[in-house]
Amino acid sequence: MYNGGKIILGLIIFLLLITLPVWFNIATGTSKYKPNPKILPGQTECVAPANYMRTSHMRLLDEWRDEVVRHQRRYGEINGKIYELSLSNTCMKCHSNKKEFCDECHNFADVNPYCWECHIEPKEK
Amino acid sequence: MSIFYSLLAITVLILIPIVGVGGLGWRYLFGVIIPYAAFGLFIIGIIYRILLWAKVPVPFKITTTCGQQKSLPWIKNSKLEAPPNSFWTAMRMSSEVLFFRSLFRNSKAQLKPGPKLVYGSGILLWLGAICFHYSFLVILIRHFRFFIGPTSKFIEIVSGLDSFFQIGLPILYITDLVILIALTYLLLRRFLSPQLKYISLAADYFPLFLLLCIALSGTTMRYFTRIDIVAVKELGMGLAGFHPVIPDNLSLMFFIHIFLVSSLIAYFPFSKLMHMGGIFLSPTRNMANDNRKRRHINPWNPKVEVHTYEEYEDEFREVMKNAGLPLEKEE
Repeated sequence: MYNGGKIILGLIIFLLLITLPVWFNIATGTSKYKPNPKILPGQTECVAPANYMRTSHMRLLDEWRDEVVRHQRRYGEINGKIYELSLSNTCMKCHSNKKEFCDECHNFADVNPYCWECHIEPKEK
Repeated sequence: MSIFYSLLAITVLILIPIVGVGGLGWRYLFGVIIPYAAFGLFIIGIIYRILLWAKVPVPFKITTTCGQQKSLPWIKNSKLEAPPNSFWTAMRMSSEVLFFRSLFRNSKAQLKPGPKLVYGSGILLWLGAICFHYSFLVILIRHFRFFIGPTSKFIEIVSGLDSFFQIGLPILYITDLVILIALTYLLLRRFLSPQLKYISLAADYFPLFLLLCIALSGTTMRYFTRIDIVAVKELGMGLAGFHPVIPDNLSLMFFIHIFLVSSLIAYFPFSKLMHMGGIFLSPTRNMANDNRKRRHINPWNPKVEVHTYEEYEDEFREVMKNAGLPLEKEE
């Protein structure tokens, strides 16, 4: 085998790189963490079913943003009920705590939404 | 015909998870067992192929060069084109691996009316290849976020740059768009050019179809049908931490995506995609052009029995002495 040492070294480096998540999780010991977003108790109804909200809440917020900012429609009817199209005034009534609700999953899944680049971040006690 | 076969293969590959998960509900098989098996095959296959190549004897030093070799000090030489030592070989190799330098020199010949043969630069292939490969790398790095627990700063920076323009929500990743365009180009190229179509095999079309379907299922999932990303990460972390779980909120599109990716990595070591490892083991590129400085021993050389003069003299010393012949050593 010509340059056997170099080839095997390269192979080992490659294998370490592609299995990086395994070593990373062993090193940090966080592979069993599960996010647990907190909602204020006593609320049963959201603007949309939980499954839809889990996958597509960003679309809903995006549409609301367009409605309010671009078309000046601050209220909208969803399932026969009138809602104020506002993240801070409607959503955060029940999902009141940014740190314990929004950030819980966003940090877990490494998502960095830019909501709070324009809006004032709610102050948590 | 080769297009038909690879299309057939990819259709079957898409139908398998549709039947298996959508019809029969074998979520554990498609979410855990098949990805593990595919990854195992990937690792074993890569080690096997690399060691197989490494064991091949190199009878001659066959470095390809396109520049003056290093010789006398007053002759100008080209270190990158005819690398005189392993450092410059590594430099040339990295320019090949990182920038596809030899592909950049791709030229095309065309027969113009006259008839006149015209040569021009064929840079589009290089552009398509580099766009595809770097997009694929960025996408691969981005996907690491589904497998590692705490958010990594590096992945965050890569994803941040990739979503730089903040188009739409979920934000459009530039590489998602680029990889689709590049793959479409690489595929159309084979369809539209008669010469290329003539030499294209099923093994050329199939990886392109497979990659295109992976990119399409992934982008569909992110931008259109959407998926519970927390569930995806739970699955990914389970796989990477060896305590697999199957969350409930995984859509069929996700299973198609993960099955196609499993197919890709299982297919990888046994296909032309192994050029990833093969580039490093190309004998024309991984050797220094130092033929005149260092002797290259051919491992195939048979063992030659030699009989030196000293041995000859030792053998016939007595006879030579008696015949009065001159000797180098009297003893």
